[in-house]
Amino acid sequence: MTELPDSTERKMGLVIDLDTCVGCHACVISCKGWNTENYGAPLSDQNPYGGDPSGTFLNRVHSYEVQPEQGHAQLIHFPKSCLHCEDAPCVTVCPTGASYKRVEDGIVLVNEDHCIGCGLCAWSCPYGARELDLAEGVMKKCTLCVDRIYNENLPEVDRIPSCVRTCPAGARHFGDLGDPESDVSKLVAERGGMDLMPEMGTKPVNKYLPPRPKDQIEDQIDILAPLLAPVAEEPQGFMGWLDKALDKLPGGAN
Amino acid sequence: MHPAPSVIIFTTLSGLGFGLLFFLGLGQPAVTGSVAFVFYAIAFGLACGGLLASTFHLGHPERAWRAFTQWKTSWLSREGVCAVGALAVMGLYALGAIFMDSHWTLLGWIGAALSLATVFTTSMIYTQLKAIPRWNMELTPVMFLSFSLAGGALLAGAEAVAPWLLAIAGAVQLAYWAKGDKALVASGTNLGTATGLGDRGSVRAFEPPHTGSNYLLREFVHLVGRKHAQKLRMIAFVLGFALPLLLILTPVQGIVIKHVFAALAVLSHLAGVATSRWLFFAQAEHVVGLYYGKR
Ligand code: SF4
Ligand code: SF4
Ligand code: SF4
Repeated sequence: MTELPDSTERKMGLVIDLDTCVGCHACVISCKGWNTENYGAPLSDQNPYGGDPSGTFLNRVHSYEVQPEQGHAQLIHFPKSCLHCEDAPCVTVCPTGASYKRVEDGIVLVNEDHCIGCGLCAWSCPYGARELDLAEGVMKKCTLCVDRIYNENLPEVDRIPSCVRTCPAGARHFGDLGDPESDVSKLVAERGGMDLMPEMGTKPVNKYLPPRPKDQIEDQIDILAPLLAPVAEEPQGFMGWLDKALDKLPGGAN
Repeated sequence: MHPAPSVIIFTTLSGLGFGLLFFLGLGQPAVTGSVAFVFYAIAFGLACGGLLASTFHLGHPERAWRAFTQWKTSWLSREGVCAVGALAVMGLYALGAIFMDSHWTLLGWIGAALSLATVFTTSMIYTQLKAIPRWNMELTPVMFLSFSLAGGALLAGAEAVAPWLLAIAGAVQLAYWAKGDKALVASGTNLGTATGLGDRGSVRAFEPPHTGSNYLLREFVHLVGRKHAQKLRMIAFVLGFALPLLLILTPVQGIVIKHVFAALAVLSHLAGVATSRWLFFAQAEHVVGLYYGKR
């Protein structure tokens, strides 16, 4: 049903730390690896070894440069997947009821047997979190690894989304953002977690932790520097003569 | 947005077809017999042809019947329901006009209302999308409705109202372009809000997530066609509204010339609206383009 639930029992989601993400794309690969052989249709590639490869991914990592008014530019790696929005436009626009938000945990899913592949849900998502699979003709999106997180056949340590399990930098956190006492909620409160495009009114569950301020480079960072200052600013003696002689040659001085 | 031919054909033809059905439902012209047959054949051909074209871009057209189920929330579903309702009611009304020489007025009115409702629901599919600021404007449904009414009046030969409706549609078109050009900026969405990093400095897309293309770029980021946008707007405006207006207002002698002029007006209008629809898609910026440093 494409009517959104008034509220969900839990709000499971991701917290992504833009301070620690190193942009390694390991989460992208592990996501594709897990999801291509589990929930729903595989994530197909088109022309993977040809001149113009492309394919379906549920998680992609952008990189941005932020130039403050003063000081150095900062490079920020930016993983992006479905934010499992509370007010998800992708659910209400769906004409078939294939797109839905679960009452028990707030996960937004696609029932691929009902999806007609009209693409309207992808049009409605401001974040580009949905991709139509060209081989299957159905809509694919992040499932929050719904087939891992409750899967009792997996060791407990693996019952988290594949990207979170994989991230070597510990930049991805998973938990219930509806419970103010959960680790993820505390992390968000402590670090000032933010919404993407809040003006779109989608109320994303996933939060992003902003990069911490960079260390400032002080005027004098090396206590040995004064001792290593150049002894003579202008070359003297033989070097001075050589410098002048070379300047006199055609094309010398500049 | 990628200007997919299937959607452009669909919205152009079905808009015109349902516009004609609206006038036929109101008994304008109050045709019967074989003349009625021709009118209804044209109207149904346009409306159904458009609807059929719209199923071409589906990944699973065989499941299209499911699209009628979610009318409570989905404008696309409502469009399907309204379209089938309009075609069914107007089909019955047409049978009366063609074979029984009778106009069931109430039925006609219901059919006319459903026909307009279909055009309105189509327009709302686009209007509801906040992620595409150029579509997310009150003027979008106004534009779809005014085009449909103008085209319908032209086809129905409603000489009294057609010039007015054409003039209104032309004015709405100009207003839509003027307002639409400012929509993305007015929406307040930019790479700063998209990444949440905007208050730290100016944000620049440094490296995309992938070297090749993907569904998102193919579907939502269409930069090529925008180059000639101004020229195409001129063409759309002249063909869609100015020329048809001229053609139907020019006083001519003889019924044949009159019909030739009317037919030319319809064809010109159709070409103009199709061009305008192409621009409607090609110029629409989806905010996801911002993540790629594009618009
Ligand atoms: S991020 Fe996009 S796909 Fe995911 S719930 Fe929000 S609107 Fe829907
Ligand atoms: S593509 Fe599938 S899930 Fe998306 S709106 Fe269409 S039918 Fe619903
Ligand atoms: S695996 Fe972790 S560090 Fe690597 S790109 Fe993904 S979130 Fe960033």
